[in-house]
Amino acid sequence: MFSIENILNSFHKWLGSMLNQTNVMLIEMALIAFFAITLFAILGLVLVYLERKVSAFIQIRKGPNRVGPFGIFQTTADTLKLIVKESFMPDKVDKFLYQLAPFIVMITAMLLLAPIPFARGVQIWNINIGVFYVTAVSSLSVIGILMAGWASSNKYSLLGAMRSGAQIVSYELSAGMAILSIIVLTGSLNLQDIIASQENGWWIFKGHIPALVAFVIYIIAVTAETNRAPFDLAEAESELTGGFHTEYAGMRFALFFLAEYINIFIVCAIGATLFFGGWMPFHIGNWQAFNHVMDFIPSSIWFFGKTFFLILLIMWFRWTFPRLRVDQLLNLEWKYLLPISMLNLLVMTLIAIKGWHF
Amino acid sequence: MSFLSNYIKEVYGAVSSLLIGMKRTGYYLTHNKEVITEEYPEFRAKMADRFRGEVVMTHDAQNEHACTGCSACELACPNGTIKILNKFDITPEGKKKKAIDSFVYHLELCTMCNLCIVACPTDAIKMSQNFEHSVYDRRLLTKQLNFPGSKLREGVE
Repeated sequence: MFSIENILNSFHKWLGSMLNQTNVMLIEMALIAFFAITLFAILGLVLVYLERKVSAFIQIRKGPNRVGPFGIFQTTADTLKLIVKESFMPDKVDKFLYQLAPFIVMITAMLLLAPIPFARGVQIWNINIGVFYVTAVSSLSVIGILMAGWASSNKYSLLGAMRSGAQIVSYELSAGMAILSIIVLTGSLNLQDIIASQENGWWIFKGHIPALVAFVIYIIAVTAETNRAPFDLAEAESELTGGFHTEYAGMRFALFFLAEYINIFIVCAIGATLFFGGWMPFHIGNWQAFNHVMDFIPSSIWFFGKTFFLILLIMWFRWTFPRLRVDQLLNLEWKYLLPISMLNLLVMTLIAIKGWHF
Repeated sequence: MSFLSNYIKEVYGAVSSLLIGMKRTGYYLTHNKEVITEEYPEFRAKMADRFRGEVVMTHDAQNEHACTGCSACELACPNGTIKILNKFDITPEGKKKKAIDSFVYHLELCTMCNLCIVACPTDAIKMSQNFEHSVYDRRLLTKQLNFPGSKLREGVE
């Protein structure tokens, strides 16, 4: 059957028939780098357009509608503008850190792309601790943000960066707890195993109420981790004139902007993989006929459909809820999300031991 | 136990109130027919009657205005927007009669405070609703409000 997995495998065989193993590896690595950069560019354009349309519809406006049909080339035009713009650097910044920071944030986002299964058998790096890798590497982005805030030698930037640090360190806990409750059910950190365990139904349906609670906590925590409204204290344009990227302009600013959207995509992809089965089609238990019908929809469409559903959910949050104060933000994490997710993890462990899940 | 029940009540209240907000915005997201956007170049909004766009002088069909050149508006203007240049016509009886040569209006200085319109004893000037003032050269913002060849309407004085 025609599938991305078969194309990739036959391409790998074709390369192997012509070159030795080292060259095949080098060529494939170059192709993957090209693929990652292309995916980043396309995702950035699509997500920014989507965000502007969603915000417009929620605020009863029209959104971008001039450049191309329905304004679909608006974000392309904006990107071209940012590329040709002067990347202005203020006088008193720490020049090395200032120039390094956007790339740290971007490289972190790129590293996170490695273990994500895009479709059946399509994964850049099948690593046996995939979930652990994602949670560990995603916390590196705070270093880039702190670096940007510190190097700008601007009080607003520093305030934003410090807020971002407090926020990411706090919310990583409950995001980790929510992820753990799915790990308890599957007993594996490998993303392929997690998907394979959802062959007969997604965990959000199989795991009863605790899975639902874990999903809600996960979505709240990753919204905070990606610095998006209602948790966008790090950039808070109305208080801090842009927070950690106040002093950035041109393409360096665009890299921060792009990394934010790529991070959203990645956390939504991980969420879709853990709770909605990644590329696994919608299966119900032993209904063979129904499951076969669902299998006809390609696995990549399932994966991107679920991911974009979660992205839409996070965008919906952004344009509905007002921004939290710093004390409210930390109260929410330490007094509500963390105790609830700990209790939830206990209940989930009980379910997993007793085998009450489907 | 009252602490625990309060805690649960708080969480329930928070979640339900957030869901109410999301229901409203979700309704707008899916019902995007009722947009309130007025697309500007094709659709120009009709401004309200009391909107102060710029000072204009009213002329009737015979190209006659009501400005006697009394300079009350020039005195009333707080930032020197209006400059009235008078001339003296010689009437058939040989008397000199004051009339305006040009009513110079500096739009770039005007704050649309309406004091000149209030000060005018003959209601010769009024505020128009035009809001598109951008020009390529700022000299174009200095305007002469009386039309060329216009003269004072009979019986105004």
